[in-house]
Amino acid sequence: MFDRRFVQYFDWGLLGLILLIGLLGLVTLYSAVTSATPTPQKTLYFKQMIWYCAGMTGMVFSFSINYKSLYRWSPAIYAVCILLLIYVLIMGKYIGGARRWLILGPVSIQPSELIKIAVIISLARYYSKHANPRGFTLSELLTPFMLTIIPFVLIVKQPDLGTAMVLVLIAGAMTVFVKIERRSLLCIITVCTITGPLVWFLLKGYQKKRILTFINPDRDPLGAGYHIIQSKIAIGSGMIFGKGFLKGTQNALSFLPEQHTDFIFSVLAEEWGFVGSVFILFLFLVLIIWGLNIAYKCRDPFGTILAVGATAMIFWQVFINVGMAMGLMPIVGVTLPFISYGGSSIVSIMICVGLLMSISMRRFLFE
Amino acid sequence: MGKYLKTSDTDWYKQRLIKVMICVAGAFFILLLRLFYLQVIQGQELRRLSENNCIRLQSTDPSRGMIFDRNGTLLVDNRPAFDLRIILKDAKPVDRTIEKLAKLIDVPVSELMKKLKHGKGVSSYKPILLKQDIGRDALAAVEVRKFDLPGIVVNVKARRHYINRQSAAHLIGYLSEINSDELKSGKYPECKGGDFIGKFGVEKVFEPFLKGKRGGRQVEVNVMGQVVKVLKTVDAQPGQNIYLTIDHILQEKAEALLEDVAGAVVAMDPETGNILVMASSPSFDQNAFVDGMSHKQWRSLISNPLRPMANKAIQGEYPPASTFKIITAIAGLEEGVIDGNTTMHCPGYYKYGNRIYRCWRRGGHGSVNILKALSQSCDVFFYQVGQKLGVDKLAFYAKACGLGSATGINLDNEAGGLIPTAAWKKRRTGIAWQGGETLSVAIGQGYDLATPLQMLVLTSALANGGTRYKPLILKSVKTVDGDIVIQNKRQVIGKLPASKKTLAIVKKGLWEVVHNPKGTGRISYIKGIDISGKTGTAQVVGRKNNPDLSEKDLPDHFKAHAWFVAYAPSVDPQIAVAVLVEHGEHGSSAAAPIAREIIRTYLEKDKYNGA
Repeated sequence: MFDRRFVQYFDWGLLGLILLIGLLGLVTLYSAVTSATPTPQKTLYFKQMIWYCAGMTGMVFSFSINYKSLYRWSPAIYAVCILLLIYVLIMGKYIGGARRWLILGPVSIQPSELIKIAVIISLARYYSKHANPRGFTLSELLTPFMLTIIPFVLIVKQPDLGTAMVLVLIAGAMTVFVKIERRSLLCIITVCTITGPLVWFLLKGYQKKRILTFINPDRDPLGAGYHIIQSKIAIGSGMIFGKGFLKGTQNALSFLPEQHTDFIFSVLAEEWGFVGSVFILFLFLVLIIWGLNIAYKCRDPFGTILAVGATAMIFWQVFINVGMAMGLMPIVGVTLPFISYGGSSIVSIMICVGLLMSISMRRFLFE
Repeated sequence: MGKYLKTSDTDWYKQRLIKVMICVAGAFFILLLRLFYLQVIQGQELRRLSENNCIRLQSTDPSRGMIFDRNGTLLVDNRPAFDLRIILKDAKPVDRTIEKLAKLIDVPVSELMKKLKHGKGVSSYKPILLKQDIGRDALAAVEVRKFDLPGIVVNVKARRHYINRQSAAHLIGYLSEINSDELKSGKYPECKGGDFIGKFGVEKVFEPFLKGKRGGRQVEVNVMGQVVKVLKTVDAQPGQNIYLTIDHILQEKAEALLEDVAGAVVAMDPETGNILVMASSPSFDQNAFVDGMSHKQWRSLISNPLRPMANKAIQGEYPPASTFKIITAIAGLEEGVIDGNTTMHCPGYYKYGNRIYRCWRRGGHGSVNILKALSQSCDVFFYQVGQKLGVDKLAFYAKACGLGSATGINLDNEAGGLIPTAAWKKRRTGIAWQGGETLSVAIGQGYDLATPLQMLVLTSALANGGTRYKPLILKSVKTVDGDIVIQNKRQVIGKLPASKKTLAIVKKGLWEVVHNPKGTGRISYIKGIDISGKTGTAQVVGRKNNPDLSEKDLPDHFKAHAWFVAYAPSVDPQIAVAVLVEHGEHGSSAAAPIAREIIRTYLEKDKYNGA
């Protein structure tokens, strides 16, 4: 039963926007993987194209299902993702010191990327069901807390601190959006300020050290501290108009760590300068406002909160990744949506966009 | 579902969404400001830094922990070695620089060029190793002409130095350059190519204590590649010092005694399990591994029939021969097959089925009880005990005494030896166990195999009244400042399957081995030191196949291995020793004197320590 209104109400603007960002991402990635010495990794570039196609499929899939049916399906989706997370913890492939990959024949996926979406849907269901103007009380927040903390712990165990942090930030943003009751909010803040230092005393020396380095990379001048300096040099050296496509020297001499994943923004900023960086940030800002506008126009609470969650995911990843590259944030492995290399990240972001599209085009359809 | 919001509710969400949008805009504004600061305000300065690529990381290697003996005698330390490296980016023109350098250090240009080719593909700002460990003369020449040699850097690197050449080489082991397989294995996450890691022995097993932690510096360099400014430093953390349980003087004594033969000497303190000596002969030069040896040197080491690379004390598996009679005696006494008074007649042979099994003494021992059987090592007595017990009972006791499985000493590649059972043989060969084979097993021949260390743990347990302690080689680990990180403690791994009464009988037998004028170990008798022991002569070729061949006529590599296990003093023992001399013929003549000298040296240690 194909409805003409689907075409009519389809969010062509959103599609155009992400295609534009994706295109810029491919161009940047091309530079990042080809000019790196000593080993250009051109194959990564083609793999990324394939991932875009997979992402597109995910997007089409998620906008063609009615987001309202996700309300019903959310417990199942959540359960499957948690099982996958547990499975990778036990059986997953060990790459680069962490167990986060699930190998399915030729492709490997990170369930930690998928769980972000599952948590967004589950929280949207809970919050939309219990929303009230006075806000959520502590006891009402227990369920969302559990929904978040379980995958959080599983992801920290992998260990993948970046993804775990993004998950908490998304959940936090959604919770603040639906409002926390005043007294409960005060309560949470008080408890956190009191237990924070207590937990600190319970930690072992090396754990404290790790957290301090996480907050202040300068404490590790040979690892994170060095990366941050090189990244800042790369970004700053782009100056106003940049060094030009494929002319980035920081990237070319492999001074940048992970230049095709976590530090791709540095490559972009070095080659396209202030003008180019502002342009790409502007595109992201438009994308996020667009997502919030979809929430704004949606008339049922589930759709609104779902759209806020999906947008929060994009926002936090952009904010943390760019902030990290510029030395504003601790160095954590968080990818830049549409631009960083990485299959699972692309697919999960595209599914998010698909959700936004689904909400957007069904805003007038009352069945 | 189906519940839609009233207009007032939608408005509530809308108000909140407006606030969210403002927050997002604020966040992006922060990013924008930062971008502006980096690219516009600091742009010029950061562009300069990027063009010179002048901020580099240099790693500083930690100094590896030193190794001492139990008394604090230094066995292994580090000496400075000077390595020449080149940074291609700074060394322009590369060819001329190489030519000049080759002349200075007297090395053919082609050799240096080969190293360069080797380093191809490495980023031009990374140093490539040209020559390791140049001598002090070459160093002086390079340092003086340094201005003429752009891009050439000298690194001082600590090199492992084994102070006593060839001494305790198997126990201490050696360091060697990490190979590509090890790098890829992921077991050494902190290592990079060119690093040295422990490959064998203590150096390998205690690598985590010894290696320390790498440090480094963030530096700004000039166009010549020379450091202008040190931006940040992380100090390397030196490795921890290791104190072994061995006694260096005793170790050297053991090695001197083994000098012309292949074999092993191990000794331990029976009350703690601390290994006092672990010598294996022939030995090898550990420094050769650090300095890098030629393929030819390596081949000659591993193709040497005397197996200098094997630690025979823990890896050599030999038939325990008559030393196994200790176990047969324990089993016989415990199972009630014999008691302290049981006597048997030894005419010099024992007839089983239609086969003749000979005693080592052709003339026979006449009437024999357990004490005489042990002290004169009568085969016929033990044939009969073994036959009454059966192979599986014997195996049970042997395993309970620690044979047939590794002792668990903290060294790699320890062998487990072999104790056969009927089921084992059936599984292994498909042929049922033959009664006659039990007779061989009862005197430690046939399938029986044991390492000198296993026999030592057994002897120690006998000496201390029945407790088997885990053999320990690590006495303590200390930080550079002398704080104790780990102090070893004795660990019980089992008890001998024997009552006090049984142990008393067996110990009396071993005492007679040395003290009875007819005892097989009489040679190790010294006035004033009360030694107990057991000899063993392990046949390499079965006597039954060559009944008439006298031992003297055998070629060297068919000659029997000589065993002697002993402890002293007999009451309140302080040391237990196991000696094995490959093809030494008789335990009494080849092995016992070595054990005697080790015991004498150790018990008179106050002399050398006091001096």
